[in-house]
Amino acid sequence: MITSHDYSPERPIKRSSMYQYNDNDQILVDERVAQFRRQTEQFLKGEISEDQYRALRLRNGLYVQIHAPMLRIAGPYGLFNSKQLRKLAHIARTYDKNYCHFTTRQNVQFNWPKLEEVPDILEELASVQMHAIQTSGNCMRNTTSDHLAGVCIDEIEDPRPYCEIIRQWTTLHPEFDYLPRKFKIAVSGALHDRAATQFHDVGLHLVKNDAGETGFKVIVGGGLGRTPVIGQVIKPYLEKKHLLSYLEAILRIYNLFGRRDNKYKARIKILVKESGLDKFFTLVEQEWQLIRDGNELSNERINAMKAHFVEPAYQADAVLDAGFSEQQQENKAFATWVKHNTASHKIPGYHAVFLSLKAPDSPPGDMTDTQLDAVADLADQYSFGEIRSTHRQNLILADVKQAELFALWQQLDGLKLATPNIGTVTDMICCPGLDFCSLANAGSIGVAKEINEALDDMDYIHDIGDLKINMSGCMNGCAHQSVGHIGILGVDKKGTEWYQITLGGSSENKAAIGERLGPAVAKNQVTKAVTTILDVYVKNRLNDESFLDMVNRVGITPFKEQVYANN
Amino acid sequence: MQIIKDKQIIDDNWSYIADDADLKAGNISVSLARWHQDKAQLLSREGKLGVRIGPADVVDDLAPDLKTIQLIELDFTDFADGRSFSQAWLLRGRHHYSGEIRATGHYMTDQVFYLSRVGVNAFNPEKVEDLPIVLANLNDFTVKYQHSIN
Repeated sequence: MITSHDYSPERPIKRSSMYQYNDNDQILVDERVAQFRRQTEQFLKGEISEDQYRALRLRNGLYVQIHAPMLRIAGPYGLFNSKQLRKLAHIARTYDKNYCHFTTRQNVQFNWPKLEEVPDILEELASVQMHAIQTSGNCMRNTTSDHLAGVCIDEIEDPRPYCEIIRQWTTLHPEFDYLPRKFKIAVSGALHDRAATQFHDVGLHLVKNDAGETGFKVIVGGGLGRTPVIGQVIKPYLEKKHLLSYLEAILRIYNLFGRRDNKYKARIKILVKESGLDKFFTLVEQEWQLIRDGNELSNERINAMKAHFVEPAYQADAVLDAGFSEQQQENKAFATWVKHNTASHKIPGYHAVFLSLKAPDSPPGDMTDTQLDAVADLADQYSFGEIRSTHRQNLILADVKQAELFALWQQLDGLKLATPNIGTVTDMICCPGLDFCSLANAGSIGVAKEINEALDDMDYIHDIGDLKINMSGCMNGCAHQSVGHIGILGVDKKGTEWYQITLGGSSENKAAIGERLGPAVAKNQVTKAVTTILDVYVKNRLNDESFLDMVNRVGITPFKEQVYANN
Repeated sequence: MQIIKDKQIIDDNWSYIADDADLKAGNISVSLARWHQDKAQLLSREGKLGVRIGPADVVDDLAPDLKTIQLIELDFTDFADGRSFSQAWLLRGRHHYSGEIRATGHYMTDQVFYLSRVGVNAFNPEKVEDLPIVLANLNDFTVKYQHSIN
């Protein structure tokens, strides 16, 4: 039921820059809600077939899962404002079981909505400029990006205006809504690729050419799932004005020539692989030459979009605060948290703060309604009212003054959002697994919990350092296990749950697909296998060598020998 | 039989002639294969000509003949096969085809707004009772984010 109550009274805060809907944007999401309400009513009356409704509901984020439908809501390139977070809290309370789940594609999922209430939920979302359009189904999905966009120190150009341009272009695109398979686009504007762009159907990197102008390096045909493939560069430098015409050319070629005979071979990565990059490039190039002129993205349009993402009102004297360094000296726990859960900011005196959604006793990526409301308040108080979701299922307050970090840390600690484990072995990516997902072959949340419990020594975790464990409950690979430094994949063997382990994957600049360690291990052996792998690393690493570097140096054999030593 | 053309319900005066059936008088449409095979015979008869294309047919193959074709039917075998959307776009946007493009077969009434945007201007619904639904759904959205044909 929708009430007219405003859950989030606007406070007089200085807001961060985010894209704000104009009338047309609002009309579009409102009309989409009306359309889906009609479709759902027709389905419930038996006027639309199960098959047809499935296609329609998926394009509105609605899956049918084991216990109930699952609704996936778009987090446009990971950006939310405090009002939207309060709305998510309200939805969790009113329509779900008081929590939601942040995904690896910066989206939000509810696991317990009632099908007949989903149109109401979508209407609630539309009231705060949110939607679930194209968050599933064989269509162009939510565009993802660097969670540190606009604030990081290694940025070539802020990718967010281009993300929004792409978001709009992909939304309700009439020609490309019934593709052979899903299609995901990620954009990075920094030197360090934090958006896994090489594992997307199309990855875009803002780069500079020899003349110092900024354009896009276009990567195509990457993907995870059953057949992990590293994307290939199809265009080393694309002028910005051609962004949408080039995407259109790629999508048209994919729509016409992508395989539709086998859903496991329908992604663009298979088309690129089977036709070869050269042939695929030629097809795209021919198509693009025919449409590029007269279809350009004007500077005016780009600049108008950039105006939505102007810097918030930073204080020039933020760096002069002396208390921050004293607080770190006096409080070791605070210093540890600063070291692991904050990132450098382009403005001196500011930090980007990670909120860990990987507390030991909480399923990775989950948040309660109380936490959502509290984080909304903290965002208003400390970070211009903006919250970001990351590809590793954590949140970020991107613009916090150093003078306020201590107070923020204390409050986050009280909310169980300050576990100082960002980028460490317990900062696991984990899908909902067999507990919730109808696709899964094996549980993942329980295994993550067990690993977490075994690794309860924070000093040990910090000593291990940068180590990414990704765990999926099935081949579809929602948790990107094939690019985990340690990847864990749940499989079903005659009705019991087994787990394949891979080592050496990475979704960052030096992209790699993990190598299989050996035969799958039983559920009760997974934690032992992980701790054994960590022990081998600790005993054999050179100086400051990271886990990934060591795997690349010595290969999997030393790990394999120990993990399977007793079998 | 009635269809929708240019947002009006009208009587359909076209017949589709199966590949193994004899041609008949009046406005007829044939498969792309038959078009290529019997083009001369088709062009020598009276009445308008149409071609029915499936999602796997290559639109460019029809390009030289478009001036003699008054109807192109996009035959959906499965509503999920989105190639027909690009075929419509190519016919209008690339080959500047100005005749009737009609959706037929197993498409959804919930797809007609998108179809109209890529240049489809006529709809032969699976069930006659869907005619008013198609008409209404053509107005699902009053705003759009990107260029297409319409």
